[in-house]
Amino acid sequence: MKRERFLSLIFRVTTGVMASSPFLILLFILIVLVRDAIPAIRYQGSSFFTGVTWNMGNMYANNPIVHNGVQAAPGASFGILPFIMGTLGSSLIALLIGVPFALMTAFALVYKVPKPIQRVLSPMVELLAGIPSVVYGLWGVESLSPFIEFKLGPLLTRLGHAVPFLAGPVGTGFGLLTSGLVLAVMIIPIITATTRDLLMQVPTLSLEGAHALGLTSFESVRFVAYPWVKRGIFGAIVLGLGRALGETMAVLMVSGDAANYLPYNLYSPISTMASTIAALLDSALTDFTGMSVHALAFIALTLLVITVITNLIARLLVSMGRQNVHVEM
Amino acid sequence: MHGSTTMRGYSRKIASNMTWMLSLGALLLVVIVVLDILITVVRQGAGGISLSLFTTQTTGIAGGLQNAILGTLDLIFFSTLFAGPVGIMGGIYLAVFAPDRIARTLRFVAEVLAGIPSIVIGYFGYTMMVQAFGWGFSVLAGSISLSILTLPYIVRTTEASIRQVPKSYYEGALALGLTPFSALRTVVMRPATPGIVTGLLLAISIGLGETAPLIYTAGWSNFNPTLHLTKNPIGYLTYVVWTYLNEPYSSAHRLAYTAALLLIILVVILHLLARFLQPRVKG
Repeated sequence: MKRERFLSLIFRVTTGVMASSPFLILLFILIVLVRDAIPAIRYQGSSFFTGVTWNMGNMYANNPIVHNGVQAAPGASFGILPFIMGTLGSSLIALLIGVPFALMTAFALVYKVPKPIQRVLSPMVELLAGIPSVVYGLWGVESLSPFIEFKLGPLLTRLGHAVPFLAGPVGTGFGLLTSGLVLAVMIIPIITATTRDLLMQVPTLSLEGAHALGLTSFESVRFVAYPWVKRGIFGAIVLGLGRALGETMAVLMVSGDAANYLPYNLYSPISTMASTIAALLDSALTDFTGMSVHALAFIALTLLVITVITNLIARLLVSMGRQNVHVEM
Repeated sequence: MHGSTTMRGYSRKIASNMTWMLSLGALLLVVIVVLDILITVVRQGAGGISLSLFTTQTTGIAGGLQNAILGTLDLIFFSTLFAGPVGIMGGIYLAVFAPDRIARTLRFVAEVLAGIPSIVIGYFGYTMMVQAFGWGFSVLAGSISLSILTLPYIVRTTEASIRQVPKSYYEGALALGLTPFSALRTVVMRPATPGIVTGLLLAISIGLGETAPLIYTAGWSNFNPTLHLTKNPIGYLTYVVWTYLNEPYSSAHRLAYTAALLLIILVVILHLLARFLQPRVKG
């Protein structure tokens, strides 16, 4: 009996340590990123966020320059404003397009589609969430970017007189719009699946009551079901945003890789913070002062902080709502 | 008077119907996109499926995918080996032992970890494991990076499956004189197992499709995986999709599409398996 009690204590402690491992890992990652980013913070300061030029400096120089006690190659400058704009711009497009589509898809799926069809389409939404991001990138390259270059882009440029940002040139089909649309397709399943699960929880009685009061079927969704699940949906949208902000591979494949200039129109090539880390780490390793890698660590740290904040907001939104609302990620 | 209310009712009806038409249109477009993705990959990738795909290694622009397939399996095996036990035990603690506040905090931390962009984990893996620990591009660095990514999912699904088991089972077992440990092992873990396995399968399907955390930790190799855990770079399927598409050779393109097709097939199989297991948890 004593032995059993001892064993169960051991078990409890072991599982406790395992349960805290995500915390320890997160802390470890944070410490490593801060440590790696400090030289870049000292070298570049706040112009890191406002500068437009990303230049590793003269790699063939004999002597590094020293600034604020840290070394960098002569001429090195690390400004990430273009990457910030690329990240925010593509994520904004993803939300603007993805959210209405995701919500309407969920409404149609729950309330309008016959049960047998629902049973086929519902898993399809989940499959969409499970498709690897490189496959989305492949689809973006093969199918979406020609569509934008030859069909959607030329069509949108006709609105260029009214909205200058929509004016051409459309370019190669690799850029802001394509990245945003690929991201939209990637976040739709996250938001749709959560909204669908939430709508299923809305009591039938309330909907029937709305119907009895003379509301049309869409009004009862809009004024009865939607308020019921609103906070959960907001939480899911913020999680989708988190996914869009941090997506690397799909964006890397369709963004057209821009550096040193800000997006000039809807079709302009861009880079995002996440895709930049993947694209530039290789060449940054050739920087003999190591400063380029530190600058990439600074980007990674910025991304990490943004992620934590997004998650906090999502959690806050969900917990402010109903207790039984469960958000799927 | 009556006329105006019916007119209003009429226009409300039209508005309602139009919104539903829009919603069905949105659903249709989403379905079209899914089909377009599948058709694009199948049309270009199906031709590449043959026996030699599985028996020959890639030459960089042509050949088969044996090294990438084996490499992916190798990375998945080790990452599940690391993240599986840790995640399941962590989930048990959160569901059974943890005081409410601690559970809530740890759950949030796991959510944050799940939300970290995978390239950030890739950077971390590179700077710590590849460089500081001196493992080089390797199975170990790659699979640990993957396991950091999948760990939060395993913790969460394990906790959720255990919480679905009614508390009365556990209390009943205690009343019958079982110790807490054996009560947990017999009456709680057994019904929770299918749910936990489902979580593992979904975690595997996440790991399968990742690229960003592997580029700078696993590296890439044109040869089959070796038995060495460190200092030996290893190939994987998602790398083929990403890089071979940029090669100017049609043979390389076909390999990229075939690798994408293999990935989708594997993901579908894992999702079907997970679906097959799921109802038993709820029943």
